[in-house]
Amino acid sequence: MRKITLFLIAMAFFTPLYAVEPDEVLENPVLENRARELSTEIRCMVCQNQSIDDSDAPLAKDLRVLVRERLKEGDTNEEVLTFLVARYGEFVLLKPRFTASNAVLWIAPIGVLLIGGGIAIYSFRRRKGQSQPEKPLSEAEHAALKKILSDPS
Amino acid sequence: MIAELGHVALVLALALSVVQALVPLVGAYKLDARLMAVGNSTALGTFVFVALSFAALTYAYLISDFSVMNVWENSHSQKPFLFKFTGVWGNHEGSMLLWIGILTLFSALVVLFGGNLPEQLKANVLAIQGWIASTFLLFLVLTSNPFQRIASAPFEGRDLNPILQDVGLAIHPPLLYLGYVGFSVAFSFAIAALISGRIDAAWARWVRPWTLTAWLFLTLGIAMGSYWAYYELGWGGWWFWDPVENASFMPWLCGTALLHSAVVMEKRNALKIWTILLAILTFSMSLLGTFLVRSGVLTSVHTFASDPTRGVFILMILLLFIGGGLALFALRAGTLKQGGIFAPVSREGALVLNNVLLTTATATVLIGTLYPLAVEALSGEKISVGPPYFNLTFGPLMIPLLLAMPFGPFLAWKRGDLKAVSQRLSWVFGLSVVALLVSFAIQTETSVAAPFGIALGVWLIVGALAELIDRARFFKVPIKVALSRLWGLPRSAWGTTLAHAGMGITLLGIVGVSVYEREAVAVKNPGDTLEISEYSITLEGIRPNSGPNYTEQVADLTVRRDGQIVAVLSPAKRLYQARNFPTTEAGIQTFGVSQLYATLGDFDDNGGIVVRVYDKPLVLLIWIGTLFMGAGGIVSLTDRRLRVGAPKRAKIRTAMAPAE
Repeated sequence: MRKITLFLIAMAFFTPLYAVEPDEVLENPVLENRARELSTEIRCMVCQNQSIDDSDAPLAKDLRVLVRERLKEGDTNEEVLTFLVARYGEFVLLKPRFTASNAVLWIAPIGVLLIGGGIAIYSFRRRKGQSQPEKPLSEAEHAALKKILSDPS
Repeated sequence: MIAELGHVALVLALALSVVQALVPLVGAYKLDARLMAVGNSTALGTFVFVALSFAALTYAYLISDFSVMNVWENSHSQKPFLFKFTGVWGNHEGSMLLWIGILTLFSALVVLFGGNLPEQLKANVLAIQGWIASTFLLFLVLTSNPFQRIASAPFEGRDLNPILQDVGLAIHPPLLYLGYVGFSVAFSFAIAALISGRIDAAWARWVRPWTLTAWLFLTLGIAMGSYWAYYELGWGGWWFWDPVENASFMPWLCGTALLHSAVVMEKRNALKIWTILLAILTFSMSLLGTFLVRSGVLTSVHTFASDPTRGVFILMILLLFIGGGLALFALRAGTLKQGGIFAPVSREGALVLNNVLLTTATATVLIGTLYPLAVEALSGEKISVGPPYFNLTFGPLMIPLLLAMPFGPFLAWKRGDLKAVSQRLSWVFGLSVVALLVSFAIQTETSVAAPFGIALGVWLIVGALAELIDRARFFKVPIKVALSRLWGLPRSAWGTTLAHAGMGITLLGIVGVSVYEREAVAVKNPGDTLEISEYSITLEGIRPNSGPNYTEQVADLTVRRDGQIVAVLSPAKRLYQARNFPTTEAGIQTFGVSQLYATLGDFDDNGGIVVRVYDKPLVLLIWIGTLFMGAGGIVSLTDRRLRVGAPKRAKIRTAMAPAE
C-alpha cells in the first residue's frame, strides 16, 4: 500500500501543472491529480477553446476550485462532470459524451475508416479478377517480340 | 488618391479575371488557339492589377493614412515600421487581398512555367483559376472593400491587435496562404482534366510540382503558426485542436494524401480517379478553412470582424466550387480509364494505405470541427469538441500510418515482398527496440507510452535513412562506390527521406514535451528562488520599461545550474495603450533543443508576483522536424523529372526496367 501511495505521489509531482495557481492545490496528491485530469476535459466557457486547466481567466479559477471542492466531498469524476453539465450545459465538456445526438461524432471516424478500407479491398478484389484473363504469348508473338528486342535501332 | 487607384485596380482585376474565366474555356472547347491564348495575357494582367492594388493598400498603411477606414481601424502612427507593413494583412479585407494576390500569383506562374503544357489543358486550367479569382474578387469588391474612406479623417488610428504585433505576422499568413491557395492549381488541373476527359501519367507529372510547392508552404506555415502561438499566447502549448488550426490542418492532411497518390498515378498510371477526387477535396478543404476563419462562424484571434453577409457570400463560393467540382466529378469520372494493376502488398498498396488513413484522419478532424456548428444549427444546443476528442480519435489513426511509413519506400512497385522488406528493415527495428529499452532505463517519470513514442520516432528517422543506405548499397559495395551512388540517387528519394525523417523528429519533440514537461509555479518576491529540474531560478527584481506603443513590467530571472549562471529570462506583462490591451510576453531560453519558458501572472498584495516556469525538453524538435519536411519538399522539387516536365523516352525505359 505504501508503495502505491509513493507511486501516486510521484505521479502527481511529475504531472505538469499548467495554469493551476499555488493557492488552489489540494493537499491530498491523489485528489489533486484527479482534479487536474478532470480539468483538461472541462471548458473555460468565456475563453477561446481553452480548458480550465490551461486558462488563467477568473471563471476558470472558480471552476478549478469548484471541481476540487466536489472531489473533496467525495464525488466521483463522473459525478463532478454531471454536476457541471447540470449547471452549465453540455458546452462545458471538451470531450462530448456518447449520447444519441453525439453518436455520429464518435462512430464516424471508425465508420469512415471501415468504408475507406472496404472500398480499397473491394477494388483490389475486382481488379484482380480483371487481370486474370492475361494469356501467355503465342509462338508468333514470341518471335515478333524477339525481333523487336534484338532490333539495334 | 492612391487609395482610389488601388480600388480601381481591384475592379479592373475583377473585369480581367472574368474574361480569364470565360474566353479560354470557349477557346479550349472550339480548339481556337487565339481564344486559348487570351488565358495567358489575362492571368498575367489580373496578377499585375491585384499586385498594384496590394501596393496601394500597403502605401496607405506605411504613411498612416487614417482617412482609409481599414488603416484607421488597424494601424497607429507610433507602430513600428515592420508592423505597419504586416498590418496590411492583419485584418479581414487586407488578408483576403493577400489571399487573392497569391491566387493570381499562382495563375501567373502557371503561365510562366507552363510553357510545355498542352494548349488545351493550360487554357482550361487558367480558366478555372479565373473562376476562383473572379468570385473572390467580387467578394472583396462587394462586401470587403479595403479602400473604404472615412469622411473626416481621424487624427490617430486604433492600432493593430497587440497579439498580432509580432514578426510571426510577417511570416505565418503569407506562408499559410501560399499553401492554402497553392492547392487551387491542383484543383484547376483536376477540373480541366474532367472537362477534357483526358488524364494520363503526364498530367500527374505536371500537377505534382504544384502540389508539392503548396504542400511545403502549408507545412512551414502551420509550423510557424504553431511556434508563434507557443511563444505568444503565454502558456506554452503548441497545438490546441482549435477550429482555426484544424481549418489549416485539414488541407494539409488531404494534400499529403494527394502528394502520395499523385506519385502512384505518375509512376504507374493507377489511382487516377482517386487522385482527381483528392485534388478536388484538398482545395475544398482550403476553401472550407477560408470560410470557417473569414466568415466569423468561429471566434478566434484570426477573426477580425464578423459580418453575416460576408459569411453567406463565402458560403456561396464554397458551394459553387465544392458542389460544382464534385458534380462534374460524378458526371465525368466514369469516362476516365483506370490503368496499372497492382497487388495489395506493393508500393502502390502502401500508398493506398497511406491514403485511406490520411483521408480518414481528415474526415475525423472535419467532423470534430463542424459537429458543434451542426448541432447548434439543428437543435440550438451548444456542445464542445475539444482536444480530448481529437487525441482519442486522431491519435490511433496515426499509429499504423507511422508504423507502416518506413516500409513504403522499400516495397517494389506492382508486387512487393513484405518478408524481404522486413528483413532489410530488421536492423532498424533492432535500433528502435534499443531506443525503447534505453528510454525506459533513463526516464525519471513513470510513463509507459513515452518510451514507445520515442522508439517510434527512432523507427521513422532511421527507417527513412535506411532507404538511402540500402539504395546506395552501403556495406555491400566499396564505400567510395556507395557514396557516389548516394549522390546519384534521384532527388525525389532524398526528398522522401528528409520528409519522413522530419516526421520522426517532430514526433520525438511531441513525445518529449507532452510527457517530460515540468512546471513550477509560485508567488515570488524579489530575491526569492524557484527550483525546476536541474535549474534554480532567482527573481532579481521587476522593472518598468516602455516600447514604441506599449509599457511593460519586466521581471529579471537569473537561471543557475550547479551554482553557475546559465541564462537570464525576462518575461513581461505588457499594456498596449491604444487599445488598453494587456499581453504577457514569455521569457524563453534555449538549451540545445530544449527550452526554459517563463511567464508572469498577477501581483499579490505584498509585492509578490506569480512566476510560472516550464522546462520543455525536446520541444524545438517539433518545429525542426517540420523544417526537414519542408526541405524534403524543396529537394524533391529540384528533381530532374519535375524540371523537365514532360516524360522523356529514356525515363520511361528505366521506369519499366524492374518489370522485365
